[in-house]
Amino acid sequence: MIEVRGLSYQYSSGKRIKFDDFEVSKGTQWLLLGESGSGKTTLLHLMSGLLTSQQGKIIIQGTDITQLSESRLDHFRGAHMGFVFQKNHLINALTVRKNLLMAPFLSGLKQDDDRVEEVLKELGLEEKNNAGVNELSQGQAQRVAIARAVINKPKVIFADEPTSALDDKNCERVIALLLKAAQTSNATLVVATHDQRLKSIIPNQLVLNSQ
Amino acid sequence: MSIISLVWNYLKAKPLNTVLNVFLLSLGIAVITILLLFSNQLKEKISQNAKGIDLVVGAKGSPLQLILCNIFHIDFPTGNIKLNEAERLAKHRLVKKAIPLALGDSYKNFRIVGTNQDYLALYKAELDLGQWWSKDLEIVVGATAAETSGLKIGERFASAHGLTSDGHDHEESFFQVTGILKKSNTVLDNLLLTNVGSIWKVHEEHTEEDHEIDTVAIRNPSSLVSTVEAGDSTLEITALLLQYRNPIAAIQLPRFINSQSKLQAASPAFETARLFSILGIGVEALMGFAYVLIFISGLSIFIALYNSLKERKYDLAIMRSMGASRVTLFVVTVLEGSTLTILGSIIGLAMGHVVVFTFTQIIVESQKAGITALTFYTEEIFILLGSVVLGILCSLIPAIQAYRTDIHKVLAGS
Repeated sequence: MIEVRGLSYQYSSGKRIKFDDFEVSKGTQWLLLGESGSGKTTLLHLMSGLLTSQQGKIIIQGTDITQLSESRLDHFRGAHMGFVFQKNHLINALTVRKNLLMAPFLSGLKQDDDRVEEVLKELGLEEKNNAGVNELSQGQAQRVAIARAVINKPKVIFADEPTSALDDKNCERVIALLLKAAQTSNATLVVATHDQRLKSIIPNQLVLNSQ
Repeated sequence: MSIISLVWNYLKAKPLNTVLNVFLLSLGIAVITILLLFSNQLKEKISQNAKGIDLVVGAKGSPLQLILCNIFHIDFPTGNIKLNEAERLAKHRLVKKAIPLALGDSYKNFRIVGTNQDYLALYKAELDLGQWWSKDLEIVVGATAAETSGLKIGERFASAHGLTSDGHDHEESFFQVTGILKKSNTVLDNLLLTNVGSIWKVHEEHTEEDHEIDTVAIRNPSSLVSTVEAGDSTLEITALLLQYRNPIAAIQLPRFINSQSKLQAASPAFETARLFSILGIGVEALMGFAYVLIFISGLSIFIALYNSLKERKYDLAIMRSMGASRVTLFVVTVLEGSTLTILGSIIGLAMGHVVVFTFTQIIVESQKAGITALTFYTEEIFILLGSVVLGILCSLIPAIQAYRTDIHKVLAGS
């Protein structure tokens, strides 16, 4: 599913970071653990093609994304990957429904209102379809962000510190929702975090060492 | 979702900003549209009405007044000239055609012009109803004048002395309407036309004894007014419209006429050009004002887009993560700027036409002058295209910024 071979990246400061080879199989859940500055976000962005100009191979679903042109990469990312960030980053100018429809629109997939309702229902947000982003509570906004990550039925969901700003109760809820959403879409889940609370929930772990 | 819907939602999310930018631009465009409508139509009317007239000869006074009075029929006459002097001039070897005009009376603010068939031929006048005048006191009414005054064929009316409605009526002699002209979009639409003799006749009251025009058999008719003897030293007309025989006349004739003590010659082309150069200062000042408005609105749109980019850097990064290409972000930003300017210019064009329309409804004189809000000029298409260019220019730098957004940095920095 995801295969990383001989991957290294040079920061603009000149510092080079090298990642161990690893492989993640389809439909599994993984934690990407490490201290701040250990390169978790860098690795996550490299795997998702948000960051390029690396050395080595990143094979996702049989495609070496390091070989794709920028526009092909954009398209590949839109069609096969979903993202959840620490902050929700919903588009304030749009309603919940339109925020969700942005994902199929930008990746060139069919925009399906039924799918929007289905995803919102799974996350208990069916009444927020036409609500503005500003009307949502923090927790609701996070669920909309998860809904947006899964609406295209991605092969991989990348989550970057989705829980580190949350209290224990909300942390559990969010990770449970993420796991459920990933399982429903049969997607591989990769969570980059330094949040130790997740260790007991997701057993598969990749640990990055500060170099 | 679509790009248009995304752009529209962005604009809707900041209604005050959007309204301000659109309003600023539309004000500027409206001023330009109004000037465009007025000056284009004025120029058209002037060239239409002055067509075929090379020189106007009348009593000494302001040359511009002479033109305004005798071609456009909006100012008052400078005075009268003797018929025999006019005849002498009409026979000059450099004159191809001379048309006499006798003014002085009006009916419900529409001027009565005593002239001959040459004047009608000049504007290619055609009858809509009835027939041409054949004898004194028969009169043909212009289309607009007939419509507004309600004059019908066969109707008799007394004219008012002077060119405004407050003059006393000439109740001794009545005009009779014999024909109504087709609309020609020239000054004729607003005139009542008769022969020169009629004008003399209604003003005859004081000189009735000295002058019995009709009873005497005419042996040597005047070349200008066939009902009187040539060389009459008492009769007067207001002005003479001349056509040159050849280009030399343009140089020699005005100088020749102006050297005579009582006559004055004015060239419509020269005087209208002078008029426009006087008006031009005002027009240019207004145009300058309009361009300042447009420049400010452009700047305001640029600043709005530039500032919103900071707030939207996460939006842009998220959109990239969802598969948007750099080009898509560029297009979204440019479209946002252009939508503002296109909206502004459409509203501005509409406002311009509405203002001119209101103006023509309130000020009747403007309708008489043939100003209408319902014509459209190709320049308006250029205004629209220009607004697209303006939109692209204003949004170019923000769009390049959007294009260059480093998604990794934005998302990792959070």
